Amino acid sequence: MQSRRVLSISRVLNRLMLYLAAIFIALYILIPIYLIAVLALSPREVISQYPKPFIPQDLTLDTMRFFLNSYGILDSVKNSILVAMITLLIALIIGAPAGYALARYIFPAKDTYRLMVLTTRAFPVVILSIPLITTYIRWGIDDTVSGVAFMHTAMALPTTILVTSSIFIAVSKDLEEAAMTMGCSRFEAFRRVALPLALPGLAASAIFTFVLSWNEVFAAAILTVRNQTLPARLIVQLNQSPLHFRFAGGFFILIPAIIFMFFVRRYLFSLWGIKLK
Amino acid sequence: MSPKRVRSLEPYLLLAPSLIYLIVFFAVPMVRAFSLAFRAEESTWTMEYFQRMVNDANFWPALRTTLILVVTIIPLQFILALVMALIVTAGLRGSGLLIYFYALPIAVSDLAAGIVWFSIFTERGYLNTFLQSLGLIEKPFIYLQYGSPWAILAVILAEVWRATSIIFVILVAGLQGIPKEYNEAAEVFGATYLKRLWVVTLPMLKPSIQVALILRTILAFQVFAVVLALTGDGVKVLASEAYAWYARWRNLNISAAFAALILVISLTTTVIYLRSLRSQEVTLG
Repeated sequence: MQSRRVLSISRVLNRLMLYLAAIFIALYILIPIYLIAVLALSPREVISQYPKPFIPQDLTLDTMRFFLNSYGILDSVKNSILVAMITLLIALIIGAPAGYALARYIFPAKDTYRLMVLTTRAFPVVILSIPLITTYIRWGIDDTVSGVAFMHTAMALPTTILVTSSIFIAVSKDLEEAAMTMGCSRFEAFRRVALPLALPGLAASAIFTFVLSWNEVFAAAILTVRNQTLPARLIVQLNQSPLHFRFAGGFFILIPAIIFMFFVRRYLFSLWGIKLK
Repeated sequence: MSPKRVRSLEPYLLLAPSLIYLIVFFAVPMVRAFSLAFRAEESTWTMEYFQRMVNDANFWPALRTTLILVVTIIPLQFILALVMALIVTAGLRGSGLLIYFYALPIAVSDLAAGIVWFSIFTERGYLNTFLQSLGLIEKPFIYLQYGSPWAILAVILAEVWRATSIIFVILVAGLQGIPKEYNEAAEVFGATYLKRLWVVTLPMLKPSIQVALILRTILAFQVFAVVLALTGDGVKVLASEAYAWYARWRNLNISAAFAALILVISLTTTVIYLRSLRSQEVTLG
């Protein structure tokens, strides 16, 4: 025990270093977010000013209002929300049953299927929007909100399947079986017992899908011409736009992401910490 | 049909929709990418589009920049993510808040990240303001100029800022799965912190590292919006060329040739990762 006391000074120093490193990295992450917020909430004159103030002079929503009232922006925001809602619905409707099957059943093709889903996760999905253009023209859904949503669903589906599977594994099988011995059908047992218990996790998964779709640029820009989502619209006109428009746009895309992140923080590790096993 | 037979069909019925969806949106477009890139009108094979892609003035700069970005960003992100993961699992006060902050950029779009860092690196931006207030420069310096190495550095910083979080989360999940006893045993035998990290923690983390490495590298080959938002047309990458060939020049075939190239590079990298990390395991065992 004495050696521990001798060590204590170096231990305190180590801790101090650790705290410093922790704070330094946190600042690296937080300062840029702070700066874009300051810019987006400043009046136009301050945004083009140099040197730039690090502390907000007078806060205003004028710049954000200007951005949202710019031609076509509000429509693209509506498109973005619509695409994200369609995406999360299809991903959940198709993905959750597969996740449930992986969690509850033992069947021969299970490992093959799981491996296939894992492989698709490590795949440059976005790039596939380029060949999809011709398919969409044939199907008559080129330049549509649903076309983008279908692509986003393909991107979100593998994660949805794996995440919902881990959510259903966490919901005890015994409760469902108990309900079935009391006369519930398999589906009823699922609906009345497993589903309510899995709901918070499913909601987290849906929110994650929403953010993924809301943020996606490449496929949305490739697959649309007039019915653009917000990121697609921004990437097209960004370099011809004034500074205050760009910063307001950047901040506007950023806000929902940060809010959503706050809600799913408890599910962070079940959403992303999936191992190859 | 007997009830038992119905039951054994259930999982397949539940899996079928997702399987069909993945075939329609993965397998079919993948084949289609190659046929668009390599097929001529009369259904014969052609190298014409591929050659035009390679002979384009922007091709080699785009390929080179993409590779530079991948080989600089990935190692930086891994070191930073490992440090972050070790910090939050060291039992500091406020770890919960730190995890939230560190994971925050996961939800940040690459476009937003590009715009955020543009505010820092633009000529009348925050970096010049800061350096000038310290007296290090006398007038604003132009970082995001066409062909400037500073522009690539800005992209690296923005990408490390945005996409380290996902590796961090995967590594933290991995660290939480390592039984404490291993590290404690090594400590009893007098292993230093770094030694324990090298001999116990990192080998145990290998499955997580493998997943994170594959995910991040594939995404890095598709780097797009960060570059465009940050540098305009100043820096070319493969994905931005694929985009420009279709969006600007309406040439789907050459755009598809770029897509096929990115697919091949990505898949090759994944195979190399899986092989090299596995063979290492054999030599260790």
